[in-house]
Amino acid sequence: MSVSLSAGEAQLLRTLIMPMMDLLTEDRGHGGRDDPAGAQPAAGPQAAGGRQDDVFDQLERMFDANAGAPAPETPEDPVLARLLPDAYREDPKAAGEFRKYTESSLREAKKYFAQTILDTLPAAGGRVKLTADQARDWMRALNDVRLTFGVRLQVTEDFEGQLAALDPEDPKFAAFEVYGWLGAVQESLVQALGR
Amino acid sequence: MSVAPAELDVPRSADETVPEKPWLTIVWNDPVNLMSYVTYVFEHVFGYSRPKAEKLMLDVHHKGRAVVASGTREAMEHNVEVLHGYGLWATVRQDD
Repeated sequence: MSVSLSAGEAQLLRTLIMPMMDLLTEDRGHGGRDDPAGAQPAAGPQAAGGRQDDVFDQLERMFDANAGAPAPETPEDPVLARLLPDAYREDPKAAGEFRKYTESSLREAKKYFAQTILDTLPAAGGRVKLTADQARDWMRALNDVRLTFGVRLQVTEDFEGQLAALDPEDPKFAAFEVYGWLGAVQESLVQALGR
Repeated sequence: MSVAPAELDVPRSADETVPEKPWLTIVWNDPVNLMSYVTYVFEHVFGYSRPKAEKLMLDVHHKGRAVVASGTREAMEHNVEVLHGYGLWATVRQDD
């Protein structure tokens, strides 16, 4: 299946995806992964055992993040709270436990889908040919981008009405139009995949 | 196709606790998610038929939420994890 994009649309998509990936990457201080010096091997030639040490370091960080740390809380940023929602509505403790074990893999999954768009997007636009797996990644990443718009623009069920009520000079007008366009691209992928 | 496991011969006594109520996967309405997309997700995540997936999607849309699956807590938590990967707003709770 394929998607056709102009150069401007391809650029726009890239511009929308990048900050979302940053948002998903940002470590909110739990898990201790926010140490850039620790994440990068020291400069200079690697010692023979360097690679193995990295693996141990990674494993240690992984287990530390889950074992010692308190359960992470619902993200304060409303966009992140929507992308990474609580699994329990009336049980903050259970929601925290669930988040402790699933949030980082959910962040990684969402980044992976978004990365598929970046990897397949031609800089100059044109027809993007996608495998079924890639199309599914696109569909999910586009949904996540639309969710970020939905939160920031406070989109309601009456999207058309909201758009009609805006002054075309209002900067929000353009954002609503982009949101509508993203929906159309996503819809075309859903239809293609659902056949 | 799997076969139902043979029933275990569990001794039943008067003071045995009542069986635990099932756990539920609930999907909440969201103005952003496309109706076609939600239907697609229900079909592909749960293996539901198109009509069943559409009916559940419409329940979510009109009633604000719908129970889309029930079973063990672990299974429902797994569902929610998968649904969050699709960007659906899903939660777990025990039936009451």
